[in-house]
Amino acid sequence: MLSLTKQRASQSRFKELNRRLQHGDVAFRALTILGALTILAVCVAIGYALWDNSPLPRAQFGLSFLTSSEWNPVTREFGALPFVFGTLQTSLMALCFAVPISLGIAIFLAELAPAWLRQPLGFVVELLAAVPSVVYGLWGLYVYVPNFVKPTAQFLNSTLGFLPLFEGPVFGPSRLAASLVLTIMILPTISAVSRDVFLAIPSSQREAALALGATRWEMIGQVLIPYGMSGILGAVILGLGRALGETIAVTMVIGNNLDLSASILHPGYTMASIIANEFSEATYELYIQSLIQIGLVLFALTLALNLIARFLVWRVARRTPAEARA
Amino acid sequence: MITLNQAHFRRRKIVNAVMLALCGVATLLAIIPLVWILVYVTQEGGRFLSVQFFTDLPTPVGVAGGGVLNAIVGSGIVIGIACLIAIPIGIIAAMYAAEHPNTPLGIAVRFGTDVLSGVPSIVMGIFAYTVIVLPQKHFSAWSGGFALAIIMTPIILRTTEEMLKLVPRNLREGSLALGASEWKTTLQVTLPAAINGVVTGIMLGVARVAGEAAPMIFTAFGNPFLSAELDQPIATLPHTIYVYAISPYKDWHDKAWTTAFVLIALVLGLNIAARVFTAWRLKKMGWR
Repeated sequence: MLSLTKQRASQSRFKELNRRLQHGDVAFRALTILGALTILAVCVAIGYALWDNSPLPRAQFGLSFLTSSEWNPVTREFGALPFVFGTLQTSLMALCFAVPISLGIAIFLAELAPAWLRQPLGFVVELLAAVPSVVYGLWGLYVYVPNFVKPTAQFLNSTLGFLPLFEGPVFGPSRLAASLVLTIMILPTISAVSRDVFLAIPSSQREAALALGATRWEMIGQVLIPYGMSGILGAVILGLGRALGETIAVTMVIGNNLDLSASILHPGYTMASIIANEFSEATYELYIQSLIQIGLVLFALTLALNLIARFLVWRVARRTPAEARA
Repeated sequence: MITLNQAHFRRRKIVNAVMLALCGVATLLAIIPLVWILVYVTQEGGRFLSVQFFTDLPTPVGVAGGGVLNAIVGSGIVIGIACLIAIPIGIIAAMYAAEHPNTPLGIAVRFGTDVLSGVPSIVMGIFAYTVIVLPQKHFSAWSGGFALAIIMTPIILRTTEEMLKLVPRNLREGSLALGASEWKTTLQVTLPAAINGVVTGIMLGVARVAGEAAPMIFTAFGNPFLSAELDQPIATLPHTIYVYAISPYKDWHDKAWTTAFVLIALVLGLNIAARVFTAWRLKKMGWR
C-alpha cells in the first residue's frame, strides 16, 4: 500500500516535471531568477570592486587614512579627514534646515491640503528631485550663492562673527552654500517618505485625538508624529544618505579647499567632490587608489544608512494593519 | 476660573493656527527654488537658443555661434546603451520580485534594489571605472552607459514591480485556467496589462540618468568632437554643462545655461509625461 502511494507520487512528480519542461516554464523561471540574482550580484560586485582596487592606501596608511588631515599628492601623503569632516558638516547642516521644512510639507500634503490640491502639489515637490544635480550646481554657483547665500553669510558674520562657527572672512562658495543647496535637494526625499508615513497612520488615531478635544495641531504634534516617529526618522536618514553622496552640485558651490576650521562660512571639501575633482587627473596608483578608497567609505556609509532607514520605515508599516490605513 | 479656561483655550487655538500656517509656508518655501530655477534657466538659456545650437559642434572660446551637437548625440548613445542593459534586467527581475514577494530571493531583490538606489552616482562611476575603464586603459561610451545602467535599473525595477502587483489576480488565473503556461501568462497577459508601469519606469529612469554628470567625469569623459564610437570618449549634456560652468569664460557660461535649458526641458518633460501617462492608463483600466 505504502509503496503504491510512493510509486504514484513519483509518477505524478515525473509528469509534473515533464509538463513544466514542455511548456518552457522551467527555462522562464530560471531566467527570472537569473535576473533577480543579477541585482544582488551587482550590489556585491560594487563593494568588491571598490575594495579590490584600493589595497595600497590600506597597506600604507591603515586606519590613519581616515584621521590624517594631510592630503598631498606631491609628497604622496593621503589622509581623508578634511573630506569626511566636510561631508558630515554639510550634510548634517542640510538636515537641520531640511527636516523642519520637509515635515511641514509632509503634514500639509497628508493632513491639511484640500483633496484636489494634494496630488498636483505633491508632484511639484517631487519635481524638485527631478532637476539634475548639475543644474542645481550651475544655478547655485551663479544665482543662489551671490544673491542669497552670500548676503546671509555676511549677516551671520557681522552679528555672530565672534563664534568660531561664523568666523570670517566671508566667501561666496562655502560650506554654508553647499548645505543650503543640499537642503533644497533633499527636501523632496524627506517630505515624500514622511508624507507616506503620515498616510499609513490609521485614522482611528486621528479621530480619537480629536474626540478628546485636541486641536488639529495637537493631534499632529502629540499623536501622529510620535506614532510615526520611527518612519520619520527613516525618512530623515534616507535624506542624509542623499546628502552624503551628492556630488556635482556640492563640488560647484563648496569652494574646494582643504580648510579644517569649524567656520561654516569658509570653503571646504567633501568626499564626493574630491573624487569628482581629482579622479581623472590622478597620475599614479596610490593616488587613484586613495580616491577609490574614499569611494568605498562613501559606499559603506550610504549602505549602512539605507539599512537603518529601511528598517525604521518597515517597522511603522508592520505595526499598522493594511485595513486600518487612512 | 472661566476666564482662565478661555485664555488657555484661546492660546491653544492660536498655537494651532500658527503651526498649521507654518506647514503651508514650508510648502511654499519648497516651491520657491523650483520656480526660481525654472524661470532663471529659461531666461538665461532661452536667449541663446537657436537652430545652430542643436546642429553645430562647439566652437573655441571667443568664436561666436557653435552648438552642442556632440553632447546631444553622445547623451543619446550613452543613454541608449544604459537602456539596452537596464530595461531587460529591470523587467525580468521585477517579474520575479512581483510574483515571489515573500521568498528569500524576492525579499533580497527588493532589498538589493533599495541598496542600489541609495548608492551615490559617483560611486557607480568609480565602479564602472574599475570594471571597464581600468582593464581597457581608456575612457569610453561603454563605461558611461554601464554606469548609467546601474543607476537606472532600480528605478525601472521598482515601477514595473508596483504595476505588476496592481494587475488583478483573476486576469492571471483566467489565463492559467485556459491552459496557458506560466511564462505565456506572464509575458502575454500580466506584462501587457502592466505595460504602463514599464513605460513609466523607463521614462523616469531616462530622466534620472540624462542629468547625471558625476559618473561621466571618469567614464565617458567628454569629447569636443562628434563621435559615435562606443569605444572612445564621448560628450554628454550634463558633463558639458559642468565643464562650461566651471570654466572662466563668459561665453561658455552662456552656453552652459542654454545646455541646462535643453537638459531641464528634456528631464522635466519626461517626468510630466510619465505622470500623465500613468494617470491616463490607470483611469482607462479602471484600477484607481
